[in-house]
Amino acid sequence: MRQVYLDHQSATPLLPEALDAMRPFLTEAFGNPSSLHQLGLRAREAMHHARVQIAALLNAESPEDIFFTSDGQESANLAVKGVAYANQRKGHHIVCSETEHPAVLNSIEFLEKQGFTCTKVKVDRQGFVNPDEVRAVITDQTILVAVHHVNHDIGAIEPVKAIGRIAAERGVPFYVDAEASAGWLPIDVQAFGANLLSFSPHKLYGPKGVGVLYRNKKARLVSILHGGVQEGGRRAGIENVPAIVGAGVAAELALRDMPQRIAHTARLQRKLWEQLQARVPYLQLNGPEPGPHRISTNLNISTEFIEGEGQLLRCDVHGIAVASGSSCVSKSLKISHVLAAIGLNHALAQGNLIMSLGKDNTDEDIDYVVETFAEKVVAPLRAMSPMWDEFERGLIDSAIHPRGQGKSFAAHAATISGKH
Amino acid sequence: MSDNYTLYNQTVMDHFLNPRNLGDLKDADGVGEVGAAACGDIMKISLKIEDGKIKDARFKTFGCGSAIASSSMATELIKGRSIEEAMSFSNQEVVSALGGLPPVKIHCSVLAEEALKAALEDYLKKHPEMAARVQPKAEAPPA
Repeated sequence: MRQVYLDHQSATPLLPEALDAMRPFLTEAFGNPSSLHQLGLRAREAMHHARVQIAALLNAESPEDIFFTSDGQESANLAVKGVAYANQRKGHHIVCSETEHPAVLNSIEFLEKQGFTCTKVKVDRQGFVNPDEVRAVITDQTILVAVHHVNHDIGAIEPVKAIGRIAAERGVPFYVDAEASAGWLPIDVQAFGANLLSFSPHKLYGPKGVGVLYRNKKARLVSILHGGVQEGGRRAGIENVPAIVGAGVAAELALRDMPQRIAHTARLQRKLWEQLQARVPYLQLNGPEPGPHRISTNLNISTEFIEGEGQLLRCDVHGIAVASGSSCVSKSLKISHVLAAIGLNHALAQGNLIMSLGKDNTDEDIDYVVETFAEKVVAPLRAMSPMWDEFERGLIDSAIHPRGQGKSFAAHAATISGKH
Repeated sequence: MSDNYTLYNQTVMDHFLNPRNLGDLKDADGVGEVGAAACGDIMKISLKIEDGKIKDARFKTFGCGSAIASSSMATELIKGRSIEEAMSFSNQEVVSALGGLPPVKIHCSVLAEEALKAALEDYLKKHPEMAARVQPKAEAPPA
């Protein structure tokens, strides 16, 4: 059976070049980079080299602005909490978009319990933040503006340059979560006006267990992990040297191969969406159309009248790895906050599937996915669905292509919903 | 390394991938359709009832793997039971017969119980003589 991996926004396979570079640091070059002897200095030098490689990917002014953590989510925690605590005498107000990753939103929620306040800027139906709305909510008390480069669920590329200019005009630090874009879109922290930017190398063929935070000196930042003076005093704890070395190699190759990776995934993304539309009726794309406003790796679809976890499981049985924002997949039984923010109705959010492409996907993969999805996933699940049957009998209507016959799914669900 | 990892146990996966009693019953004696407010799943169970016994049961489900498996198992378990027995059917039976569900998915089995009871109520509404026999304390059906 063909195996097709379409979950690159969750993790990517490690590059052989990265593994080769990491290997000595797992074995003979085991020194603690804070040690002052040869083994320590070798580890320190290797980390410096990785900072140089990553600074190049981000067009950072200096490798000294690159900090290593354990993961992109830790980097987000450090950026949000570290800037908030460092600036709390100036103010307590944070601005972010409502579709940020939970690492950002929940860090802010934690700060709100300690007296900080937050204004969450709404997004439009495609997931875009309006820079004017960011401008409108910044106050004299604002100490941080946080807007992600690309939304992880629906692939919308946010106008970070415009937002960066506004933050700079007001003298407010600007933090960009680049988790979904690093390695897949050009990043220029100077052009973005970003004072902080974070990502995880494991999304660009680097290893897990390392996160990156870029921070320039215009943004004051205090540590949230206390202990030794690692990472310029911004994060206590020994650095994951092998992973950092692998991250550097992954960043260097991502920069080198970026035009080909973007062109390849963009072509497959268009092909996948066009063929899915042709094979599966009552299917909807969430987020912007494939093109300049959507990351080339992400396709977020809703298939009407069936649920997303069932789709995911059936894909998996046929060797296709995907993700879903359905409430049934979530441990909290809630639909993805991003899908809610763009105004997707509950039934369509429940039928959600996220396919994320990588550099090694092929045309044959796409053909197999489209055929399997239509025949082995959607067809049997619709045959099981009372909603599909009721739609065919004209009792309920489609939200995607209304026929003007029957009531809406939501109205139908409301009449039969019990207490659970 | 194992060749196959599953989110649910093998029994649940089997009922999800090869559901028993899928579909609708022509001339069903009772039909129940219920929705879960928490997650949005919808389940429909149709019953064929003869001589006070459930002769046949079918289901259709809009929901996740465990919701489909729960409704498949519920229809398997209920066939052949008397109405009185079916009235006291509990979601715990579904959970046990499936060999367990993850805690966050227990509500799927509750939905199966509710769909079954909604189908029984539908039947009893149409058959007041049977309703009087099996639930004398229940409110009298509208004449």
